[in-house]
Amino acid sequence: MKMTMTQKILAAHCGRDAVKPGEFVEIDLDMVLGNDITTPVAIKEFWKMDAKEVFDKAKIAIVLDHFTPNKDIKSAQQSKECREFAQQMQIKHFYDVGKMGVEHALLPEKGIVKAGDAIIGADSHTCTYGALGAFSTGTGSTDMAAGMATGKTWIKVPGAIKVLISGKPSKYVCGKDVILHLIGRIGVEGARYKSIEFFGEGIKNLSMDDRFTIANMAVEAGAKNGIFPVDEKTMEYMQARGNKTYKIFAADNDADYEEEIEIDLSALRPTVAFPHLPENTKTIDEAEKENIKIDQVVIGSCTNGRIEDMRIAAQILKGKAVKTNVRTIIIPATQEIYLQCIQEGLTDIFIQSGAVVSTPTCGPCLGGYMGILASGERAVTTTNRNFVGRMGHVTSEVYLASPAVAAASAIAGKLVNPEIV
Amino acid sequence: MIVKGKTFKYGNNIDTDVIIPARYLNTSEPSELAKFCMEDIDKDFSKKVQIGDIIVGGKNFGCGSSREHAPIAIKASGISCVIAESFGRIFYRNSFNIGLPIIECTEASKKIEAGNEIEIDFETGKIYNITKNEVYMAVPFPEFIKKIIYSEGLVGYVKDKLYGKKDSEGKTCR
Repeated sequence: MKMTMTQKILAAHCGRDAVKPGEFVEIDLDMVLGNDITTPVAIKEFWKMDAKEVFDKAKIAIVLDHFTPNKDIKSAQQSKECREFAQQMQIKHFYDVGKMGVEHALLPEKGIVKAGDAIIGADSHTCTYGALGAFSTGTGSTDMAAGMATGKTWIKVPGAIKVLISGKPSKYVCGKDVILHLIGRIGVEGARYKSIEFFGEGIKNLSMDDRFTIANMAVEAGAKNGIFPVDEKTMEYMQARGNKTYKIFAADNDADYEEEIEIDLSALRPTVAFPHLPENTKTIDEAEKENIKIDQVVIGSCTNGRIEDMRIAAQILKGKAVKTNVRTIIIPATQEIYLQCIQEGLTDIFIQSGAVVSTPTCGPCLGGYMGILASGERAVTTTNRNFVGRMGHVTSEVYLASPAVAAASAIAGKLVNPEIV
Repeated sequence: MIVKGKTFKYGNNIDTDVIIPARYLNTSEPSELAKFCMEDIDKDFSKKVQIGDIIVGGKNFGCGSSREHAPIAIKASGISCVIAESFGRIFYRNSFNIGLPIIECTEASKKIEAGNEIEIDFETGKIYNITKNEVYMAVPFPEFIKKIIYSEGLVGYVKDKLYGKKDSEGKTCR
């Protein structure tokens, strides 16, 4: 059959035995997602389509996470539009303040996305669910509207890059370093229009949280989706989240891949992406030599706001103080993770170190609120984009790194290696 | 359809954060978004742009976030077409979905200079540089994309699917 894992999921969702790269297909959707920024546009388009109701109120998720708790009147209006629409349509998976979390941490945690699903979301980081073995991709708001109205979307079947993972990472190397390293090698358009499919015995040494981080940033290499095979860890994760109806797909042995890349986890170093593209990567050893003094650290986001990220940050910050004048903002991505941080004593460690701990929000990652940078300021963040003006003023700078590097840098007041703090 | 206008030229990897920064995403009103379009790399864009003008980018134009506000802001600025060597994939589908014409053409992306006057024929894919008297041929649109274009975007396409196409007398013909 010669199909990649992605192609197999797509074929199954358009009732075909096989699909070929380059073909346009219309697929059935298992979940359609939107947030407080993209959903209002989708609602407008939904009404323009003369749609009367959503295709399935249990297969739509609306999460108010970007500018919430609302930062201003305009964003409050946007949330209100989402809230009213969700009520009118009786959307099952509607998450407002108090229940919401950063969408891509929340959906897997709630068990509403799973292996074998086809998912679109009006948010580019929707590719995160590839970690569970789902086909999952970011689209726009009009796509979300069409998805809500018809339960379908159009997809150009992607070709794929194979990434073969081997080895075991050292203590301070995590999923973030794997994906930054990969983007550094292939560039921000290295996987444009394609899937990135991960293989290899090294995957067993990557936790689910690592895999979510890796799949999450596939879009930063331009990819349509990033996807992991389903193994024991995936099944254990899904079962713990009450998911029993998942479907496992695997690539054919003779599937065609346009490119093959090998990554040995044991050889990886903590990696940092310098301004203003995620492909501008340096190992921490090179980065440290540049003596990058910083003004702010953010640990959180759909990329790195999960419990393991919080634990490693706490391990480094324990009994230490963040450098004076380095604003350190820690944002557990969901209410469940927030509670876990409290129960495990991580929140105490953060606050005692001089950091602030926030309720879940995407806020600072996209320069919305909760940590905007002034002119010339620099931040080390665990987020996913370091474009010009991404977190504030056009002359500010964002350095993308792992939670370990970010926490260590908060203490040192400059970009440093967590291995020596 | 033929469009004609002067060009604004930008480089590679023009991301959606510079097309429309997130600080303006507390609205989705097209005219409001247009006021801030390209602000972070071209402060005066919204003042200089004329209806019909064309944006020329390099590789990976529109990479980054899924915000449809980016092609909406460009369209509401009066831009008639974006030409680039390649596009970020979400921007690519968003543009067709909302009815902003975009064209992939490496030669045009490389040879067109800022301020050149350009004429584009979407039927043939011919891009005519009036200023330099050069012709570049674009990659033709895939058949499926043409269907969306002919439905004037995804809204029309879905409406046709939900309720069937209307003929000239307004009768439904499925």
